[in-house]
Amino acid sequence: MATFAAPPVLDETTLLPKKLAHSRPLFDPPIVRRAVRESLVKLNPATLAKNPVMFVVEVGAALTTIFLVRDIFIHASGTGFYLQIALWLWFTVLFANFAEAMAEARGKAQADTLRKTKTDSMARRIAPGGAIEVVPASKLRAQDVVICQVGDIIPGDGEVIEGIATVDESVITGESAPVIRESGGDRSAVTGGTKVLSDQIKIRITSNPGETFLDRMIALVEGAERQKTPNEIALNILIAGLTLIFLLAVVTLQPFSGYAVSSAGSGEIPSVAVLVSLLVCLIPTTIGGLLSAIGIAGMDRVIQHNVLAMSGKAVEAAGDVNTLLLDKTGTITLGNRQAVEFAPVDGVSGPELADAAQLASLADETPEGRSIVVLAKQAYNLRGREVADHEAHFIPFSAYTRMSGVDLNGRRLRKGATDVIVQFVIEKGGVIPPNFTEMSDRISRTGGTPLAVADGGRLLGIVHLKDIVKGGMHERLEHLRAMGIRSVMITGDNPLTAAAIANEAGVDDFLAQATPKDKMEYIKKEQAQGRLVAMTGDGTNDAPALAQADVGVAMNTGTMAAKEAGNMVDLDSNPTKLIEIVAIGKQLLITRGALTTFSIANDVAKYFAIIPAMFMATYPALNALNIMRLHSPQSAVLAAVIFNALIIIALVPLALRGVKYKPESAARMLRRNLLIYGIGGIIAPFPGIWLIDRLLGMLHLA
Amino acid sequence: MTSIGVLNVVVYFVVILLVTKPLGVFMTKLFAGERTFLHPLLRPLEKLTYRLCRIRETSEQRWTQYTASLIAFSLMSFLFAYLIQRLQGFLPLNPMHFGTAKAPAGATAMTPDLAFNTAVSFVTNTNWQNYGGETTLSYFVQMTALTVQNFVSAAAGVAVSIALIRGFARKQANNIGNFWVDLVRATLYIFLPLSLLGALFLCSQGAIQNFRKYATVTTMEGATQTIAQGPVASQEAIKMVGTNGGGFFNTNSAHPFENPTPLSNFVQIFMIFAIPAGLTYTFGMMVADKRQGWALFAAMSVLFLAGVLVCYPAEQAGNPLLAKLGLETRATNLQSGGNMEGKEVRFGIPTSALFAVITTDASCGAVNSMHDSYTPIGGLVPLFNIQLGEVVFGGVGAGIKGMLLFAILAVFIAGLMVGRTPEYIGKKIEQKEVKMAMLALILMAANILVFTGVSSVAKFAQNGYWNSPGPATANVNNNGPHGFSEILYAYTSTNGNNGSAFAGLNGNTPWYNLSLGLATLIGRFLFIIPMLAVAGSLAAKKKLPVTSGTLPTHGALFVGLLIGTVIIVGALTYFPALSLGPIVEHFLMRQGKLFSMAFFSIWS
Repeated sequence: MATFAAPPVLDETTLLPKKLAHSRPLFDPPIVRRAVRESLVKLNPATLAKNPVMFVVEVGAALTTIFLVRDIFIHASGTGFYLQIALWLWFTVLFANFAEAMAEARGKAQADTLRKTKTDSMARRIAPGGAIEVVPASKLRAQDVVICQVGDIIPGDGEVIEGIATVDESVITGESAPVIRESGGDRSAVTGGTKVLSDQIKIRITSNPGETFLDRMIALVEGAERQKTPNEIALNILIAGLTLIFLLAVVTLQPFSGYAVSSAGSGEIPSVAVLVSLLVCLIPTTIGGLLSAIGIAGMDRVIQHNVLAMSGKAVEAAGDVNTLLLDKTGTITLGNRQAVEFAPVDGVSGPELADAAQLASLADETPEGRSIVVLAKQAYNLRGREVADHEAHFIPFSAYTRMSGVDLNGRRLRKGATDVIVQFVIEKGGVIPPNFTEMSDRISRTGGTPLAVADGGRLLGIVHLKDIVKGGMHERLEHLRAMGIRSVMITGDNPLTAAAIANEAGVDDFLAQATPKDKMEYIKKEQAQGRLVAMTGDGTNDAPALAQADVGVAMNTGTMAAKEAGNMVDLDSNPTKLIEIVAIGKQLLITRGALTTFSIANDVAKYFAIIPAMFMATYPALNALNIMRLHSPQSAVLAAVIFNALIIIALVPLALRGVKYKPESAARMLRRNLLIYGIGGIIAPFPGIWLIDRLLGMLHLA
Repeated sequence: MTSIGVLNVVVYFVVILLVTKPLGVFMTKLFAGERTFLHPLLRPLEKLTYRLCRIRETSEQRWTQYTASLIAFSLMSFLFAYLIQRLQGFLPLNPMHFGTAKAPAGATAMTPDLAFNTAVSFVTNTNWQNYGGETTLSYFVQMTALTVQNFVSAAAGVAVSIALIRGFARKQANNIGNFWVDLVRATLYIFLPLSLLGALFLCSQGAIQNFRKYATVTTMEGATQTIAQGPVASQEAIKMVGTNGGGFFNTNSAHPFENPTPLSNFVQIFMIFAIPAGLTYTFGMMVADKRQGWALFAAMSVLFLAGVLVCYPAEQAGNPLLAKLGLETRATNLQSGGNMEGKEVRFGIPTSALFAVITTDASCGAVNSMHDSYTPIGGLVPLFNIQLGEVVFGGVGAGIKGMLLFAILAVFIAGLMVGRTPEYIGKKIEQKEVKMAMLALILMAANILVFTGVSSVAKFAQNGYWNSPGPATANVNNNGPHGFSEILYAYTSTNGNNGSAFAGLNGNTPWYNLSLGLATLIGRFLFIIPMLAVAGSLAAKKKLPVTSGTLPTHGALFVGLLIGTVIIVGALTYFPALSLGPIVEHFLMRQGKLFSMAFFSIWS
């Protein structure tokens, strides 16, 4: 297990950390400039045709413009009104383009930064004969072996096959502290573009040019490979379908009004511009204009959390996850166990045990050993002593003896696993105190690890080592539960210890003495019940489980096999990130749902604005529906169109940032969001359209 | 509203509430192949039917086969019904000699286009009638062509809804049941016993059942009157319980031989909602969460009661112009008050309004009053009810199908707001479901709007086949927005397979017979086929476990959301059309303008 970076600081009420690795302000001036340019380019009907809703708006705008030109030529009246309609229809398209361009521009800016680091370096390749030849990095193929020395840029993704080196990976991770890469084990993967800071390593290249991690990362942040996710496609079908229905409602209004006009004997059939205005107001332009921006921004948010998602589908799946597999060490607990209690056997005092334990731990540089020294000082004010080498002989821990200690002034102080120390004591002719086994069991039951301490044949007692559950973990798991997500702790501990920690941390289930095979089976079992499973992993033996999981997050420090098996890579290698990823996935879906609901709910008010205006001359009685008391038919239509366009631009920040997300049960979330975006969506346009109508009146525009 | 009127509504609703569970349990057992209390009696008959028709009871069908069976069955039914009508002159039980030279004066000829319209109409459970039964059809046709279709088209509707529910209930399954078995079971165990009981009860109230020639009597004023006869009760019961709605007589359930007493009237409206209400419980039972069924029931109930609460007061308030003239329009002990035009005195305003709302909520289409004579708002309710998609209890089977379509949409739109890809009853709602639901919605909207649009502006040539010369709108009785409502209502009713007429439209011309028939076919099959596709797609899916992160679809919140979706989708689609019909008519009436019968062309 690699060591993990400290988790970011968390806000109590949200699951999203405040400080983000790749964050940038929402409206960065260069990004805005770029987006404005792009939104004009996106007017090209060929590209816009992919978005049925906005394509309909563009066709409507074009139609209105053509009729406007005709009217100007034949000197028809009312061209000022039609000009304004046409302009605002074009603005509607531009605003939607701008939203998408804004979302894309953020990724593109980041891709540019990455690209700058991708200079074409030279590589020292070892030819089959053993000779070293210098070739451009772009000429390297998979299976080539290269040598990298201090100061070299690693020419491609690969596996260290010989040597050990410190490597600066800040290009990829943004983290400036160097990391160690060595042959064998789980820290053998190196990434092209990173820099060797010390020593020399031999690397077997694993990817061909153009397919490296950096290339993939650039493509991902740039959104070049962006494919619509299944949910996005389904939503697109829904809004395209609604567009068709409204198209039918508006197109058939022409013959209906034909009948009405001839029957009432007054008024006239609404003009194309007015019919187009009604259509554009009704079709879900808000969500249609912002849908792709929401998706791109969601991916961007994942990247800002320093996670690379290989597909938008994975991010979406994260929102659906039912079961989170969390590794105990480093995720739920701090990486190391700590001494929390000295439990002397009968006839031994606390300070005596603490003294012996401290002496036995003086040379022990492991976190456990250090924590014993610290606890002895805290509990009994025993200071760590300098012990000269000539009077002491330290016995380091070994896997064979499973104990460590010190020989000092003839004393043979030992600490270690209880069974080993018991054996040691018996060998030295000591006896085991009667309450010892009971004490050791008590500690095991509560999830601690008993560490026995002996002074030669005399068994002194037990140091209680404990896994420390990370602060706030209990609350976070509580939040997950509220969201309907079960958390499962994976640990190599025995079931007794695992159960105790699981209980303390508040996970719903645990998998003790877990082998990679156990993990795999657990995932399959959950999936068979229809659950979606997310997990993190870094080792090669995690790879099958990462591939099996619906959301598999590989640690960047992990092996290449793990990174390829997962559908996300966490560049910070922080396994707690899984919880944030789930939150981002949910936020993405909520944003989509909220804006769709808002968009449809908005239509109610627009009908009340436009329908009476349309038939003012034919059926003046319909003015009873003009509940906003808009002052003229022209201004009513115009106000609705303007509101419809402005709401897109007003919601761009919401689309890019995502709606506020608070972990809570689905029922509460639905109630709140329905209130805000459903009921709010029905009400909001009434004052909005009314206000625009007043402004138009004041400015004598209609 | 009068207290007796309100009591009527309350008692009615309570009775429906009471039968929902027992009927639901019965149907669940029946379609699961379990024994019911009727099995000792009917099982031999069921087995015999399978043997005669070579149906293998245990084999099941994929959704495509299920659909193909339905279509094949409907096609054969259509040909059968069409031929019998066309050949009625050569067939027995024809005391009035319809279809022959000896037919009474004023009889309607059974032309090919009218026979097409009628056959389509009865095969699809629509029962739109461009003819008057007593002036057009022999008893043989009424019984073998129409009544038989009343049974089997209703049974087919139930079968399809059961298949759709199976889609939600099953997991990772290929099949959604056997159409033929479902059809036989629905006919034998549900419709046959209920119709038998219903027919006997109606006879007890005074409905007739005979094969006599029409009676000619001298009235008290000394005038001669022909009184039509026939096997009415046997057709009447299934007309209601199968939500068919095609009357034996032209005036349908307003006719004293069809619907003689207030009590028979109550039983008739009870029969309309009984099975659709029971199916909501069946849904809950089949998906193993009864709350889900009650949620649908609740949504339907709210929409139903809302309709009553708009329609009944509007009718009771009557026409403000009469009040302005100083006439008493309030209900008193001596008079009903309100708008009694086109209503039967024995039913009065409350049960007429209640009947109108129920018959259009369910795609029944039987009427006991003239919807054309309702006040604009009172008439708007039946029209809008049908436009909602016949989901308020709906026709037998059709209601639950439509409501499930809206549930899918509601879950898809709002379900995203809980941060998960949408799911309903443990099934993920994805591309396929959304595509099919939207397809059905679009086709329904297109069907109503395009046909109405064409008929509002179409003009016919002199001596043409399609219609009498001039505009198609000349076939309506009233000008102005009311005339528009009459056309809109016709296509709405046929699309919704309702079959009730606003009336006021002369539909027996080739243009209207064929276009209304086509609208009927589209409304039936292009709605059912996408929904069966949904059933197939859902059945194949895994069932997801319910967690606190799952959108709850059984609480008041979801019921509200579902109602909102139904109303908003309906309103957004049809508001422009409605605003040019009943809505503007309402405001014009308040300004003192009415649209009386006007047999002149508005274009002249």
